[in-house]
Amino acid sequence: METIKIVSSYALPAIILVILCIGLYKEVKVYDIFVESAKEGITTVIKIMPSLVGLLVAIGVFRASGALDLLIFALRPVTDFIGIPNEAVPLAMMRPISGSASLALISDIMKVHGPDSFIGRVVSTMMGSTETTFYTLALYFGAAGIKKIRYTLVAAMIADFSSILASVWICTLVFGRS
Amino acid sequence: MLNYIWFGMIVVGFVVGIMNGRIDEVTKAVIESSGKAIEISIGLLGVMCLWTGLMGIAEKSGLVELITKLARPILRFLFPQIPAKHPAIGAIVMNLVANFFGLGNAATPLGLKAMNELQKLNPRKDTATDAMSTFLVMNTSAIQLIPATVISIRAALGSANPTEIVGTVWVATVCSAVVGIIAVKLLGAIFKRGKPWKL
Repeated sequence: METIKIVSSYALPAIILVILCIGLYKEVKVYDIFVESAKEGITTVIKIMPSLVGLLVAIGVFRASGALDLLIFALRPVTDFIGIPNEAVPLAMMRPISGSASLALISDIMKVHGPDSFIGRVVSTMMGSTETTFYTLALYFGAAGIKKIRYTLVAAMIADFSSILASVWICTLVFGRS
Repeated sequence: MLNYIWFGMIVVGFVVGIMNGRIDEVTKAVIESSGKAIEISIGLLGVMCLWTGLMGIAEKSGLVELITKLARPILRFLFPQIPAKHPAIGAIVMNLVANFFGLGNAATPLGLKAMNELQKLNPRKDTATDAMSTFLVMNTSAIQLIPATVISIRAALGSANPTEIVGTVWVATVCSAVVGIIAVKLLGAIFKRGKPWKL
């Protein structure tokens, strides 16, 4: 575990150093090229602003109104049938929509049930194995200027759903339901 | 499709908010969320410039070409539509590496760069390509070495073994990545044959 942590904290400086050293070795004017290329970053960020505003407002309204809670309640029969623990359902719904709210949720769940309980392990696994799908989609497609996303959201939701199921399954298998 | 989802979330939100008597909270959320969106964008500006700048150097020095060559066998399967020496491949690989090491600050700018490169290959500029969908799904399945945030929360809440979930996270992530890629390939094939439903 220690070695993995070390690799993790040295990865970023290592990547930057490798890029710079190879650049200099190949006689690239590193600073000039850096400044020239960095301009591209500004236009990209400006392009994503409108889609991000649109998305975050929709998510904000959906959450603050209680519509999300309603959706979770309505889906209870389905989630019960699949075997997702009741306490983890709000996280499963929140995770693709909001990263910060999901973090708050898992801290709350683990405060109540304990991080080493079955629920605590399941929500930890869910949190670590999924991404803020809606945010990523809006950000990436916004930057490219894509309006018709075709089947991307469907495929991403299928992947998210499978990671929720896999989290429950692998935690049951490894830690047991206790 | 995004049009309907967006419309639906806002309208359902307002209706439910009125029924719940939470219209003041909803109004507040509208204002706060729009501010937050710009905050996030501004926060991205710095790292975005840093990484597009560094990627510029990596491209000029031939490093990107080297990475592309090494990753070609896997990428040929995942992204058959991208020409062998296209810069999109370099950005995609760098993004996946950054994600793997949990370097969110580097992963997002590199991902956006990859999307820009993929857009250059796109014949219909307003429509997502198969390569874009594959890349997005790989990104949202969050393949990473160490789920650092979750571990630190577990440690803060007094877990006896905060890192015990690393193994289960790996299994769950790999499951979702595999299922996601299969889904993308299948849906891509279905869509190629025509429009099964209008999106």
